[in-house]
Amino acid sequence: MKGYLGIDVGSVSTNLVVIDENNEVLVSLYIRTRGQPIKAVQDGLKQVAAEIGESVTICGVGVTGSARHLTSVLVGADSVKNEITAHAVAASAMVPGVQTVLEIGGQDSKIIILRQGIVTDFAMNTVCAAGTGSFLDQQASRLNIPIEEFGGLALKSRGPVRIAGRCSVFAESDMIHKQQLGHNLEDIIAGLCEALVRNYLNNVGKGKEILPPVVFQGGVAANIGIKVAFEKALGVEVIIPRYFSVMGAIGAAMLARQKVKKKTNFKGFDVSNFKYKAGSFECKGCANLCEVIEIFHDEQVIARWGDRCGKWENIS
Amino acid sequence: MKITFPYMGTSHIAFKMLVKDLGHEPVVPPKPSKRTLTYGTQYSPEFACLPFKILLGSYLEAIEKGAELVITSGGAGPCRAGYYGVLHQKILQDLGYDTKIMVMESPYRNIFDFLGKIKAVIGPSGVSWWTFIKMFKKAWEKLKVLDETEFLSHQIRPFEVNKGETTKVFNKCLEIIDEAYTLAEILEAREITGKMLNNIPQDRNRRVLKVGIVGEIYVVLEPFANHDIETTLGEMGVLTHRSIYLSDWTRENTGYESTESVIKAASPYIDELFGGHGICSVGHSVLYAKKGFDGVVQLAPFSCIPEIVAKPILAKVTEDHGIPVLTIFLDEQTGKAGLQTRLEAFVDLLAQKRSRLEEIAI
Repeated sequence: MKGYLGIDVGSVSTNLVVIDENNEVLVSLYIRTRGQPIKAVQDGLKQVAAEIGESVTICGVGVTGSARHLTSVLVGADSVKNEITAHAVAASAMVPGVQTVLEIGGQDSKIIILRQGIVTDFAMNTVCAAGTGSFLDQQASRLNIPIEEFGGLALKSRGPVRIAGRCSVFAESDMIHKQQLGHNLEDIIAGLCEALVRNYLNNVGKGKEILPPVVFQGGVAANIGIKVAFEKALGVEVIIPRYFSVMGAIGAAMLARQKVKKKTNFKGFDVSNFKYKAGSFECKGCANLCEVIEIFHDEQVIARWGDRCGKWENIS
Repeated sequence: MKITFPYMGTSHIAFKMLVKDLGHEPVVPPKPSKRTLTYGTQYSPEFACLPFKILLGSYLEAIEKGAELVITSGGAGPCRAGYYGVLHQKILQDLGYDTKIMVMESPYRNIFDFLGKIKAVIGPSGVSWWTFIKMFKKAWEKLKVLDETEFLSHQIRPFEVNKGETTKVFNKCLEIIDEAYTLAEILEAREITGKMLNNIPQDRNRRVLKVGIVGEIYVVLEPFANHDIETTLGEMGVLTHRSIYLSDWTRENTGYESTESVIKAASPYIDELFGGHGICSVGHSVLYAKKGFDGVVQLAPFSCIPEIVAKPILAKVTEDHGIPVLTIFLDEQTGKAGLQTRLEAFVDLLAQKRSRLEEIAI
């Protein structure tokens, strides 16, 4: 059977999927990146290879996410696309007619507006990552609650307390103050979910026409508390697709399928055994002092980037 | 006297010549770099905007090179930048430097102040008013050639066959213009650089998207502040048109809009000047839409009030004129990945939109 591999390497999670020609998901993996994108991709490929065995032939690879260029060099990608396009492509395929995509990941949150299947507007959080997955992770561990139970607790709340949502530092001190006053945990967590949604809609969603069907995806969509807070704020049903946490990877795989004409660039699953190493240095060639990244495969440089002038990029 | 000035785009090449012609020694601040930013952020108030911090860093770097006087421009209206010269001066004083900052305000506001400041510069070196006017005109000519060359480079880059070639040729052009000294040489440099750029191998069949660049003047003009956005977009196959050039060079060519027509274009949305280039961002976006541009990128320093005010108005412009606008807030981040993602997604959006429009037309 023909399969297409999609890899989405983000700040918090690395997601891999294999889809068939009808967009059916054959394999779906969600692994924590833990600051080591190369290792996460290699581990992921190992698991994918074990799951699909001999039955599926990879005919195309697409990569996305903030480490897409790095990943593309490692695995030999056919398509390298930004995560906004990848998420939009996946959402349109999984929820036909979708008009709004809310996506909250580890460090990024975005809103994508689609009309008749094409992206007409989008926005991403600007210089601040308040209200994204990393912050929820951090709060869950501060409160000593597994992140998986966070949303469920919010639903038990009878009266959410008001938490400042503009800035995660403000939010955290507000939460601590309310907690020290004696508010119960459920109410505080529910308050936090509402604050994050309020912040998202005011900041990322500002001025956008949010029309149904509304799809909510990305790692944070696992949090039922946020979903309910969105429904309350928007007054419409919020759909969470089955593979909400790996939609970027699904989009990347679909884009690869469109892109590959003849033969894939995929280097094969052996990539997971290669010895890759990354290094960096500061180029002193001019005042820009670019931080140049080098990727080594067994001591040999296979790619460089980060220079503004292209001096290093070109002699890989 | 050793005189320095802000580093902004390519303008230092013209200012350098003018300072020399007026009998002083120019100190060109180093091209803004991470070092500039480190200096700037260390000594600036935390809430100040990126242009303030880069400028302060530049002044300090120029002072290290011996600058005794900084000549800079002021600003009108309720943008903090109008007061920045004074604040820069106080910071330099606190750091123990006696370097003076001379802020040139618009001559239309106070002609005596303007002339008095020029007199203070040309007086000590014995340059007559007549010579000053002649030299100023020559520097203006050079500034125009610089702007013209840069404008042309952005017109050619999206069509270049070999990626990066336009930027390389453009840098050579700047050297040639820098060396031109007399008026005749400057005009000759204009011919030569124009040919050099036009001779770059181009694929004119390529279908490029057109994007207008609006926003706060410093981040629009200085590539270090905007992560080389025009080059980046150009190499992605996008023709950029910048709404601000320091000289009014474009007046004589296509695409220039007078302040009156920009304000008029903005008037259905806002008829009040609200500082900086806020109203121009609105007006230019409307004009870009009317000229059939595919999109607009708004560049704003993080916390810049005029551009913050303009942003929601631009959402309305998008609604009325169907032109997508991408707003980018710039601060001291030097990582480019986030910007790259947004630009790629924006270009995808514009390309999809255009092919949809073409389908309908067929």
